[in-house]
Amino acid sequence: MKNPVMVASGTFGYGPEYAELVDLSQLGALVVKGIAWEPTRGNENPRTAETASGLLNAIGLPNPGAEGFVREYMPFLRQHDVPVIVNIWGRTVEEYVRVAEYFEGIEGVAALEVNVSCPNIKEGSAVFGTDLDLFRRVLDAVRSATALTLIPKLAPNVAAIADFAKAAEASGADALSLINSVPALAVDVETRRPKLANVTGGLTGPAIHPLAVKLVWDAARAVRIPVIGIGGIATPEDALEFLIVGAHAVAVGTASFTEPRTAVRVVEGIDDYLQRHNMASVQALVGTFQCN
Amino acid sequence: MDCVTANVIHQEEVQGGYQVLFLDAPAIAPHVQPGQFVHVRVPHMEESVLRRPFSVYRADGPVLQILYKGVGKGTRTMTYLRPGDSLGLIGPLGRGWPRLTEGRFPILVAGGYGMAALYLLARSMPMQGIAFFGGKSAPDILCVNEFEALGWEVQISTQDGSRGTRGIVTHCIDAWWQAADLKGRQVEAYACGPNAMLQAVAERAMARDWVAWVSVDRNMGCGVGACLTCVLKTRTPDGGWRWQRSCKEGPVFECRDICWEDE
Ligand SMILES: Cc1cc2nc3c(=O)[nH]c(=O)nc-3n(C[C@H](O)[C@H](O)[C@H](O)COP(=O)(O)O)c2cc1C
Ligand code: FES
Repeated sequence: MKNPVMVASGTFGYGPEYAELVDLSQLGALVVKGIAWEPTRGNENPRTAETASGLLNAIGLPNPGAEGFVREYMPFLRQHDVPVIVNIWGRTVEEYVRVAEYFEGIEGVAALEVNVSCPNIKEGSAVFGTDLDLFRRVLDAVRSATALTLIPKLAPNVAAIADFAKAAEASGADALSLINSVPALAVDVETRRPKLANVTGGLTGPAIHPLAVKLVWDAARAVRIPVIGIGGIATPEDALEFLIVGAHAVAVGTASFTEPRTAVRVVEGIDDYLQRHNMASVQALVGTFQCN
Repeated sequence: MDCVTANVIHQEEVQGGYQVLFLDAPAIAPHVQPGQFVHVRVPHMEESVLRRPFSVYRADGPVLQILYKGVGKGTRTMTYLRPGDSLGLIGPLGRGWPRLTEGRFPILVAGGYGMAALYLLARSMPMQGIAFFGGKSAPDILCVNEFEALGWEVQISTQDGSRGTRGIVTHCIDAWWQAADLKGRQVEAYACGPNAMLQAVAERAMARDWVAWVSVDRNMGCGVGACLTCVLKTRTPDGGWRWQRSCKEGPVFECRDICWEDE
């Protein structure tokens, strides 16, 4: 990776959507929208609702399926100088394995981010992220299925994130990313109905940033593999907080909607910071949190 | 498509809470096709993570105009914009109105500020037809002079009868249709406004063999096709359906492509 700033799954499409506005080669990596083995249509409307400093979404992981994705988008992505991380999910362990095996043979895939934590899928995904035994099972199975770099993506709504981080490390994960969106609910008081068709959704954006920083801090102290900090990054300072508490890289999500070039600005802001503090590289900053 | 900071040249209230915002946007305005939109980052709304989409009302050289009504949180904040302020602008976005089919007679149908999305179309049409403007009340009828100046006949209806015919816009269309002599030409309709109005236009179009293009108004997130917030159900040739993104494949769709039963 050229720099430690990626764009987060589901917030940057499959690459072409933002390519006219953002120079993809300036991104540390591009994590594409979640891919399953079978094409999926996703949830009914409305799928998102704006909240205070945040966004509630229940998109429902619509995607063209693994083969559809490779056919439609990999030719484009291979032409660009940016590492491509494919975010994968399934409803069963077998589905995770199938999609993981498939990507092993696909040129131009730098890593798999294993989404075990989407709150908007009724069966499967979310449970894998919050039940430690299922979590281990799915990660062990995916690990045996592929030699690709594996990055499990953790759910925030667990009692002890360190346990999940350690379990992922033990199953052979190469890195961790956290957090996924936070289960949440918004109500229209006039109709007394939920604002989303799916009823509940996942909260993202600046509203969840301090929550994410705490969880990243907890996870980073528990493992030796690198952690990718995600959640509410809108400014370089937000990203720096993650690096200081121990993340080796970060991903920008919702803020790309607000300002498509947020990730590039975060890269520049981190460089400025490192210069001001006479640090040769991001490595020098990672985990330098002072707290006694 | 570009993402820029645009300076506010000027803003004026037209009538009844409707505003026209003039923006200096040389990287965007000259590229706007009729029916396209821009995605606006409203200043002084730091707690807001989403932009707001607006149809481009007019684009003249570097100057872009947006016509809107201050009703929601974002649009009310926009009414305070003054010359010298600036805002973030992404655009032009979406697929606008298709060209008039050779030999067809054009009608425009607008509800409320829907006429804003139709002005550039009216200006670029090879021939002038009839524009049907509907609204709740007289202050909701906008831009009549502008359309007439382009050579369009404008027929007005208001629900309270305070201007034009009393009733909804489709009544006006029906009355015109019964008496119309189009000399064998078929109608091509372009409609923008509330969903119920679009559906009423669609029903007429399907019953009368018109081509009808409707511009849908959907909640948007990214505006560029990445987030899949703005989807609507469209028919597929095999009798099924699929989602299309109103920010990318739309906002304009041919009315037969939309699954109205799910709207
Ligand atoms: C509209 C939307 C769609 C998302 N889709 C996915 C997805 O497909 N897979 C996934 O692992 N995370 C998905 N996420 C979660 C983000 O990748 C990220 O973890 C989360 O948004 C927190 O970061 P943020 O606060 O910077 O947005 C999605 C988020 C949003 C807002
Ligand atoms: S608004 Fe994001 S896909 Fe249309």
